Amino acid sequence: MSTTERIIPAPITNPENQEYFDACARDVLLVGKCQACGEHHFYPRRVCPHCFSDDVKWVPAKGGGTIYTYSTMHRGVPVPYTIAYVTLDEGVSMMTNIVDFTPGTLAIGQRVNVVFKAAEDGTKVPMFKPA
Amino acid sequence: MAAACENAPGRRMSTSDSNSPAAPGTRENANTMSINGRAYIVGAYEHPTRKAPDKSVAQLHAECARGALQDAGLAKNDIDGYFCAGDAPGLGPMSMVDYMGLRPRHIDSTDTGGSSYLAHVAHAAQAIAAGKCSVALITLAGRPRSEGSSGTQARNYGANAPDMAYEFPYGMATANGYGMVAMRHMHEYGTTAEQLAWVKVAASHHAQYNELAMLRDVVTVEDVIHSPLIADPLHRLDCCVVSDGGGALIVARPEIARSLKRPPVRIRGVGEAPKGQMGGRVDLTYSGAAITGPIAFAEAGVKPADIQYASIYDSFTITVIVQLEDLGFCRKGEGGRFVADGNLISGVGRLPFNTDGGGLCNNHPANRGGMTKVIEAVRQLRGEAHPKVQVPDCRLALAHGTGGQLGSRHVGATVIMERE
Repeated sequence: MSTTERIIPAPITNPENQEYFDACARDVLLVGKCQACGEHHFYPRRVCPHCFSDDVKWVPAKGGGTIYTYSTMHRGVPVPYTIAYVTLDEGVSMMTNIVDFTPGTLAIGQRVNVVFKAAEDGTKVPMFKPA
Repeated sequence: MAAACENAPGRRMSTSDSNSPAAPGTRENANTMSINGRAYIVGAYEHPTRKAPDKSVAQLHAECARGALQDAGLAKNDIDGYFCAGDAPGLGPMSMVDYMGLRPRHIDSTDTGGSSYLAHVAHAAQAIAAGKCSVALITLAGRPRSEGSSGTQARNYGANAPDMAYEFPYGMATANGYGMVAMRHMHEYGTTAEQLAWVKVAASHHAQYNELAMLRDVVTVEDVIHSPLIADPLHRLDCCVVSDGGGALIVARPEIARSLKRPPVRIRGVGEAPKGQMGGRVDLTYSGAAITGPIAFAEAGVKPADIQYASIYDSFTITVIVQLEDLGFCRKGEGGRFVADGNLISGVGRLPFNTDGGGLCNNHPANRGGMTKVIEAVRQLRGEAHPKVQVPDCRLALAHGTGGQLGSRHVGATVIMERE
């Protein structure tokens, strides 16, 4: 990537998702897990998007996954960065950035692990780097 | 968002299950209210501007409305239904109805991004079929070029947008969202950058004849793949233009359409469907068109091979390939091969598309390409496209739009129309 660090925009939080970012501050990635249908979901909600039960817990993900797809923004931005969907080992895919990699080495299907990076206001957000 | 039969309470709604396409024969099904043949597009107007620093957005809406009325041969007081989307300034229909001095008895401000205006055609037909209005005006206008809008900047929809906190830090803009779709398509199906480029090449062949198009130079596959990489694998020439401007449509009852001097364009089938991340079961290989296409074709009673001209939403080259597959013009995964070698060029290929030059070369007003898709389809059906790109005896056309983001969540909308 570039020697200049990208400034990560702060997440725009609301009362429902504050718990997620509180967990990120402890380097924990939460995913939704419905206690009624047993399915995981992402991004986490208080009502299951699959069966619509409100018996949902937000549980720690193991932190590993594979790259579903990615794209590096090369122009029109101060510092190039790579957006991606990573499919977590829990089975759900999340939008994220891939960081700390050698340019030209990424591939769909590649194993990655979660890493937490501080946004411009200090809030930590989950990103992924090659395993 | 039931497309075709929301006024059939208590009856089976054949288009309401977004996971199962409507059964063939919907058109003749006495238990559903089809819009097939119940409304006509009688007026269409594309604003000639592509850069309007000295006009207001409301003014552009009104100028488009005037143009469509003039095209139809109708007057402002004939309008009794008004449709607009998120590009309408202020409080949307409230502001615009007041600005234009309209007196509608039916209003719809459904906003599905760039596909809104195809949904509005569907909703106008439904409203007319239900007797809620007789002459519907649909307007779109915006000035993203003058206001410095860019497809590389992430959009902030605020803290109440439920997905915002989970996406904004990652810089989800327009270009890289579609870049992710293209990357996955290449991985799954072997689609190449050269095949993507063919979509732009075809659009440029059409745009050379449109004196109002922003990009009129014919380009080659090499031009596209050697243009600067924006969000890989998408190059600058894989992206649509950013333009000021707008357009308007008038949809009317059959008796009114037949009383006017313009060739009547009958609305035969419509479909609309959202598609998102499905709670984390992300699948970027298909779009809402996979749902709307079968619904619209069933209502129209036709099949993809019957379509003589197609307006296909072209925010990016990959958008066209995914939607062509989903609409059934080719099989899933074969879109790259389908568009190659000029297959979308009028007079050359099997499926003439976007003969005005599309969003890729002509116009993408307000960053929303759905309105111009319908307008060019109407031109083709009337025989009023440029002679160099006019499809001979064009009787059946399809327009499809994708609003929002193929890479996260969007709404597809399809309209099939026919010259009577």
